[in-house]
Amino acid sequence: MARVLVGVKRVIDYAVKIRVKPDKSGVVTDGVKHSMNPFDEIAVEEAVRLKEKKIAKEVIAVSCGPAQAQETLRTALAMGADRAIHVEVSGPEYETMQPLHVAKILAKLSQDEKVDLVIVGKQAIDDDSNQTAQITAALLDWPQATFASKVEKTDAGLTVTREIDGGLEVIKTKIPAVISADLRLNEPRYATLPNIMKAKKKPMKKVAAKDLGVDLAPRIKIISVEDPPVRQAGAVVPDVDTLVSKLKEGGHI
Amino acid sequence: MIRSISDLVVINLRNINIVNYAKYSSSALPRLSSEKYNIKRKNYGAIKPPDIDYFKSLLSNDRVLTEESDVLPFNIDWIKNCRGQSKVVLKPKTTEEVSQILSYCNDRKLAVCPQGGNTGLVGGSVPVFDEIVLNLSSMNKIISLDEISGALVCEAGCVLENLDNYVRDHNLIMPLDLGAKGSCHIGGNVSTNAGGLRLLRYGNLHGSILGIEAVKADGTVIDCLRTLKKDNTGYHLKHLFIGSEGTLGVVTKVAVHCPALSKSVSLGYFGVNSFEDVLELYKSAKESLGEILSAFEMADNEAISSTVENCKLSNPLEDYPFYVLIETSGSDESHDDEKLNRFLTKEMESGKIVDGTITSEPAKMKNIWNIRESIPGAGLLDGYVFKYDISIPLKNYYDIVLLLRKRMGNKVTRVYGYGHIGDGNIHINVSTPEYSKEICDMLEPYVFEEVAKVKGSISAEHGVGFRKPQFIHYSKDGTALQLMRDLKQCMDPNGILNPYKVLPDN
Repeated sequence: MARVLVGVKRVIDYAVKIRVKPDKSGVVTDGVKHSMNPFDEIAVEEAVRLKEKKIAKEVIAVSCGPAQAQETLRTALAMGADRAIHVEVSGPEYETMQPLHVAKILAKLSQDEKVDLVIVGKQAIDDDSNQTAQITAALLDWPQATFASKVEKTDAGLTVTREIDGGLEVIKTKIPAVISADLRLNEPRYATLPNIMKAKKKPMKKVAAKDLGVDLAPRIKIISVEDPPVRQAGAVVPDVDTLVSKLKEGGHI
Repeated sequence: MIRSISDLVVINLRNINIVNYAKYSSSALPRLSSEKYNIKRKNYGAIKPPDIDYFKSLLSNDRVLTEESDVLPFNIDWIKNCRGQSKVVLKPKTTEEVSQILSYCNDRKLAVCPQGGNTGLVGGSVPVFDEIVLNLSSMNKIISLDEISGALVCEAGCVLENLDNYVRDHNLIMPLDLGAKGSCHIGGNVSTNAGGLRLLRYGNLHGSILGIEAVKADGTVIDCLRTLKKDNTGYHLKHLFIGSEGTLGVVTKVAVHCPALSKSVSLGYFGVNSFEDVLELYKSAKESLGEILSAFEMADNEAISSTVENCKLSNPLEDYPFYVLIETSGSDESHDDEKLNRFLTKEMESGKIVDGTITSEPAKMKNIWNIRESIPGAGLLDGYVFKYDISIPLKNYYDIVLLLRKRMGNKVTRVYGYGHIGDGNIHINVSTPEYSKEICDMLEPYVFEEVAKVKGSISAEHGVGFRKPQFIHYSKDGTALQLMRDLKQCMDPNGILNPYKVLPDN
């Protein structure tokens, strides 16, 4: 029976309208509703299902970030994770944190906690990097099964169906391994009240990144964050001929 | 990367407003209302080519629709129950244009059907015969917003959801919210005194509408467009246009009082074993949550299971006889959470809440609200729905669903109830594969008689419209009806505004 580590990131809720800060240094996060990255939610759900199927024996949720990351960890605990690790990262450090930093943390924790499987969302909806799973696998020198839409236990390892361009790919892997969750892997559950209550009593360990030997010194400098260009208003044309001539005028045909 | 973003769009699309879905999925045309309900055309003028020419000279050509296929959607209501025979749709852009149109129609005795987003449920927003459709969708400008008082002034054709998004940017919220928000117009909301999901917290529109500009049948513009909370000068005329369903005048501009946007909002969705427990829970929620309680909704198992099934949604909970949705809105998250936790702990221990989930994440709240808001449209996917929207004392609230189930037996697909417990308003839907006169006769006036027995209202928020004038006497006595007729005579002596609606024939 495996021990599973799940990475969860706190991001701006996807139903919230994103605003760029006036000084263009980033997006406004103060007073903005956050929630768990939707793909990480799928990762947690999968880990919890593995536990329910008795394939996994323990699910550990990890989040890196400021104090509020604990809220996201509580959500993971309420969904069914057994315990949580909060890797404390200060606000300014967090702004320049990259998948490489996160992967180093996850790799170190995976070894310390003797886990057999790491599951993360395929990407976070804020920076859209899609790198954490791949880098973590590389650092650990473990096999990786990215964009998973189905995970099954077979023999000594796992059979994973991957969403790839133009179709599905089925691969077999031994464990330990790293999996990244795609949208169709499962539909995450809502945390139920009894589980929300129970989650408050589940253990949450705090560690600092430097205690894990990970240097969070910035490797990038944010120069400017800009709004996407505003979509131009459309115009109604009276007939096809006008449409054609307008398209020609604009050099589209 | 692009693929993942479109994936998220897929999630959102799953939750797309059912109103639009139902509106454009019309396969077969409903029968003509006049034939279906055996109505005779009254003695109004018939539209002639010179009339069309006049309208075209007044508006531009593209705001006068006369092609049959262009006019058709304006003739059908969204539950596909009523179909009118209008030949022309006018889309004025200004109050002056509305005034000129009405003045002309009044002189020519041409009947007019004012129309907003056409999301009404009692056939009030579509013509019955050849009434001119006066569609206000082009009057969609926001005029002003006073961020200090919260007074929003806008034109009648503004879509409710657009207004809500606009005022939210200024930390305010519209005082009303309903499932049709993506299509319905504020002018239509006002004309029908729409209720909806926030009524428990912010009261009905008679309280939150500060001012109205409306045009009388003869084209006179009545300017009551003030933004004052208090104004006791003479008769409160604006109230005549709130809920009179376009029979006394056409609302062209409104001033709405927008409350402050709550910083902390949570939504709970609970499984409950019996209706008695639902009522107990309501009482307890009022006591424990006090001023932060902003919605208390219920739906029975059939309402939720049919919605989840028909709209392919997922129910966060397992099967329970009843579901309750509780929303809290406050200004301090930790204060609200503390109250909410105390309430939840108490009621889980008492067993009134059997299971549930609670969230303050906007995306999850949206998904849960979406289940509730999809119920009205979901029944349409069974074929046809008879809808009743009644106010009854809470102790009798759910009895009528049970009575109807017994009475209708297996003649219908489903009978289910859901609604605004906090307002004593229950919606009863009876779905069938298609409209049937036999079923209709079994339901009406039976439902209204039952409502009258407990001194309820036969129309809590949908209005009277085309479907219920003959039943209005179950809720209004003769003297009240006579005063309504006198008002109509005074304000619209030729009876050109929204005929065949609201007032019963003598």
